[in-house]
Amino acid sequence: MLAFLLTLGALLGVVIVLAYAERKVAAFMQDRMGPTEAGPQGSLQAVADVLKLLQKEDIVPAAADKKLFKLAPILIFAAVFAGFAVIPFTPALVPAGIGIGVFYLLAIVSLDVVGLLMAGWGSNNKYAMLGAMRSVAQIVSYEIPAGLAILSAVMVCQSLDFQEISYQQGALMNQFPGLEYEMNWLFGIEALGINTTTIGGITTWNIFRAPILLVAFVIYFIASLAESNRAPFDIPEAESELVAGFHVEYSGFRFAVLFLAEYSMMVLVCLVAVVLFLGSWNTPLPNIGPVALAYWTSGTAGEVSSIGWGIFWLLSKTFVLLFLQLQLRWTYPRLRVDQLMHLCWKVLTPIALAVVLIAGIWRLLMI
Amino acid sequence: MLLQGAKKGTSGRLRQKTNNEQRITETVLFYLFAILAILSAAYMVLTRNLLYAGFSLLITLLSVAGIYVLLFADFIAVTQLMVYVGGVLVLILFGIMLSSRVHDKSVLSESVNKVWGTLVAGLILVGLSYTILKANISALPWLQTTQLDVLGNQKSTVQSIGIKLMTDVVVPFELASLLLLVALMGAAYIATDKQKV
Repeated sequence: MLAFLLTLGALLGVVIVLAYAERKVAAFMQDRMGPTEAGPQGSLQAVADVLKLLQKEDIVPAAADKKLFKLAPILIFAAVFAGFAVIPFTPALVPAGIGIGVFYLLAIVSLDVVGLLMAGWGSNNKYAMLGAMRSVAQIVSYEIPAGLAILSAVMVCQSLDFQEISYQQGALMNQFPGLEYEMNWLFGIEALGINTTTIGGITTWNIFRAPILLVAFVIYFIASLAESNRAPFDIPEAESELVAGFHVEYSGFRFAVLFLAEYSMMVLVCLVAVVLFLGSWNTPLPNIGPVALAYWTSGTAGEVSSIGWGIFWLLSKTFVLLFLQLQLRWTYPRLRVDQLMHLCWKVLTPIALAVVLIAGIWRLLMI
Repeated sequence: MLLQGAKKGTSGRLRQKTNNEQRITETVLFYLFAILAILSAAYMVLTRNLLYAGFSLLITLLSVAGIYVLLFADFIAVTQLMVYVGGVLVLILFGIMLSSRVHDKSVLSESVNKVWGTLVAGLILVGLSYTILKANISALPWLQTTQLDVLGNQKSTVQSIGIKLMTDVVVPFELASLLLLVALMGAAYIATDKQKV
């Protein structure tokens, strides 16, 4: 219960920061000021927006399917929020450390799709319906390259437990029960003879442990943009074609919930990318001889220092990826539907299949 | 010595107490999921709005997944979500949404074959009830000898399932994958734009 409230609170904070960052990054890239009035540098703008949304009238269209219309935002947010349950935040803190966390996450996010269909149908509006259809087609398609990229990381780590995968990517690896005698080698190749188990830092991140995962990371990142309906894959919400996509009829609090779900999805996919590929809560600084930077910047597992460092590194890496997502939105034009499907099925999926094969071979070199 | 013994006694009793509490929670959760599954399944059959039927199927599948978790079958539970909710149900909903609302009305299903339907369903119910009542499940030999601690030291059932799939049941597993491949190729063939030669 405590984990639930903590995660919800932290998520709300991160989303408000993200909403403000989006406006400021957009403004910067378009060479204008962005919000400046509310608070210093306009930093209270996102809070003001939320307050405004909460006070608005709750409009349910007369022709809408009222039950589905009201249920949909809750279902969408619940599905995304349930995904946070398996994300490890620090070496000792994970809301639900189940053994098949990765698989659970992939499955629970697909509940989101049902919620989108419900919202699109319940609104009884052709723009909403088209938006939902496009969104679902896109999410279902892009789950395949994303799933294959995740699979290659899972094959290298030999685990479906997010916490175990996290421990493997740092100097604290041997503290995890079951990994006491595991070794990390530079680039994962034992034949090179450079033992990085106690060096830690960036040398044990998955993208370094098995460099092929760098390709998998790029594939996952592109697919995750599509899964969270971000530009350049924002055809479900294309303003110029569909007004606003599946949430066109929503207002007030219900719109706020949908907005929150969308931004939570962005945070979730970035967190998953960080945990699987970029070393999770581990520090990027390696131990160099007597200068034990990795130990100094990770703290002792289970104590306050490790909680602080873990959350700090995890959130910093997540924010870097989120910034990349914001930047991409204002850099690339929107794809057409056929280009979108071409990219997914004819480019990303074949590459992802090859990456899975190479990751399997790489795993053989690591033993 | 005495103190140690006393300590052991209390810890044992404590464990028993928590075990009992756990068992009660599990029972409550089981009945909750079971009732949800039955109610939503009944609603799915009885409602005439196809779309509502689809959404109540979602609740049925989720409740059954919950029951799987209570039975230590975490992998099956998540697979159920992945395949049925993420795949089959979305496909069903897609189908309903694309084919319906032709005249701005939801698709309604009609009741046909009322007599025969009731008869067959009733017969199946009687047959199943008879078998279940006759079976005397609690006296089954393998249930008497089985262990409650299903997982042991493992964190999940994935590893044992994987080993089984690659050893004991590898032929059915490969046959199923072949069947799926054939289905995939068939679907791709049907969907291709046939050019006139």
